[in-house]
Amino acid sequence: MKPVYLDNNATTAVAPEVFEAMRPYLTEFYGNPSSMHTFGGQIHRKIEDARGSVSGLLGAEPEEIIFTSCGTESDNTAILSAIESVPGKRHIITTRVEHPAVRSFCKHLGRKGYRITFLPVNHQGQLNLDDFIKALDEDTVLVTIMYANNEIGNIYPIEKIGAILRERQILFHTDAVQVMGKIPVDLKTLPVDMLSLSGHKLHAPKGIGALYVRKGTRFHPYLIGGHQEKGRRAGTENVASIIGLGKACTLATGNIDRESKQLSKLRDKLETSLLKICPDSRVNGDVTSRLPNTTNLSFEYVEGEAILLRLNEYGICASSGSACSSGSLEPSHVLRAMGVPFTAIHGSIRFSLSRYNTGEEIDKVIEIVPKIIKELRLLSPFSRDNTGKKIACTP
Amino acid sequence: MWEYTDKVREYFLNPKNIGEVENPDAVGDVGSIVCGDALKLTLKVDKETDKITDAKFQTFGCASAIASSSALTELIKGKTLDEALKIGNQDIADFLGGLPKEKMHCSVMGKEALEAAIDNYRGIERPVEEEGKVVCKCFDVTEEKIRKVAMENHLTTVDEITDYTKAGGGCGECQADIEAILRDLWSLKTPEKPVKPKKLTNLQKIALIQDIIENEIRPGLQADGGDVDLIDIEGNKVVIAFRGMCSGCVKSGMTIEGIQAKLRELVSEDLIVETQ
Ligand code: FES
Repeated sequence: MKPVYLDNNATTAVAPEVFEAMRPYLTEFYGNPSSMHTFGGQIHRKIEDARGSVSGLLGAEPEEIIFTSCGTESDNTAILSAIESVPGKRHIITTRVEHPAVRSFCKHLGRKGYRITFLPVNHQGQLNLDDFIKALDEDTVLVTIMYANNEIGNIYPIEKIGAILRERQILFHTDAVQVMGKIPVDLKTLPVDMLSLSGHKLHAPKGIGALYVRKGTRFHPYLIGGHQEKGRRAGTENVASIIGLGKACTLATGNIDRESKQLSKLRDKLETSLLKICPDSRVNGDVTSRLPNTTNLSFEYVEGEAILLRLNEYGICASSGSACSSGSLEPSHVLRAMGVPFTAIHGSIRFSLSRYNTGEEIDKVIEIVPKIIKELRLLSPFSRDNTGKKIACTP
Repeated sequence: MWEYTDKVREYFLNPKNIGEVENPDAVGDVGSIVCGDALKLTLKVDKETDKITDAKFQTFGCASAIASSSALTELIKGKTLDEALKIGNQDIADFLGGLPKEKMHCSVMGKEALEAAIDNYRGIERPVEEEGKVVCKCFDVTEEKIRKVAMENHLTTVDEITDYTKAGGGCGECQADIEAILRDLWSLKTPEKPVKPKKLTNLQKIALIQDIIENEIRPGLQADGGDVDLIDIEGNKVVIAFRGMCSGCVKSGMTIEGIQAKLRELVSEDLIVETQ
């Protein structure tokens, strides 16, 4: 059974074109781009072409792109570089809904004596810009706020935040891992100093990421060793994956508008149908400013892991913010920060689409999900309405 | 993804004994929607024989919670109440071919529901949990429950308590309290701290100090970009040299005092650490 893969915010399929572009660099062209001989040295040019493709998608200059091993490395590098560049200051502002690559790292710095402000969000997961402005002070060295949230899809007002920070000359980093290829990003006008991205959310393979560092921003490398990436990131280049990321960016460039229309059409159909069929269900997130491919739904009285494993029986892949499915006992920090009631957090399911999803797949999910919710609600001691009648999905 | 046995999968996908028995003789209600799992067990009991003639369940929770509840109903049907009370959470897990250790709390929930139902049948008032007795606020777990589950399952570490009761798995604030309860509970059986070797020869002492610096002190410093070298040992004087120390190292207690304390603890009380 071919899976119906609706977990693209976790990872995406490698595009066939990307794989083809990579293949020669895993077979015949295995040289080291640092070598003096042509066999290796010629690969250097290919890496530069890929750098151009990545910068092209971002509206950046090629020399502003540093290849890394993943989004987490990009995030960690950006934060460390910022605090090393301005050694006297010790205050960092971030949000309560960041990805662990930023959140856990900031907590770690908090234990090392940095002062960290985790900005709260409201019920829709939105930030309050006044809170943000109030948090800024003389000691603030860096603001790091995600471009879009992986769990609920909210897009944050990066442009406004960046403009405020530019005026005060405070460094601004954004984790843009979830937005690449989904919404247009133009760093020519976007006031951001550093930006992280990851290949495997964009139909390139796992194990490749990039960090954008605006020209003129002071930078301190994280990995120190060889002279690769102009000394900004040591370590022999992951050639094939760099080529793959370049290709993935080329594929995305120019297609974002069309693709995001297609994605949001399917997503909206899925969302409205499920909300309509299943009583006591809701959307988590800001429906006015959201990634086109993401919907996070809560079904009361049932638990997310149980939903996922029953979906799994039909080959449907999704994810949940429930405690049991997270591998810890704590449910999603994002939904908790939003103040989503526990009853709804436990039954939250995220569907995240990609360009490879079809209308038939979405129809199948619309048919299966209500059936599963109904079965699980029959099992649940909570699903009764005021009259004592069991609640289940209509039909 | 959790590694569930085929039996768990089967009992999760096609659970037996779902629902509520009509006019139940006994009802056991445990857990809450806030904590992420809950179970309502209803029983029919034969007054003459004290046997459980029917058992049904309703569960809110993950796959293993549903499977554990269903397994419980299968295990107790046909048993007398006293026989049923002998069933432990481990029996529920065994019936399912085992549970991932992080999911053992699902089997504990089954056991609790059974006890609650039988108390209910016998008209035993369940003591309302006193405020002060709740050890874990996040998951509403009392000291009594921690002690009971620890005894029944021979649990000795906080992690095990978390796997079996969830206590300690939220904010983590109660972990020290759980630790204290465990220490108290097993006080007689706690393994003795490895005793310091009594009298060391000079060579043994040097080897031990080298070993501690290498394996316990340097990694912490290196993680912060610092380092330390052992320069010399003369009698009780240990001479070291710090390399590239940063403020982080100082914070993590890896100062000269910190190293001295560590060496005194592990080697000998009379050591004096100095820098070069
Ligand atoms: S109080 Fe026990 S984990 Fe929070």
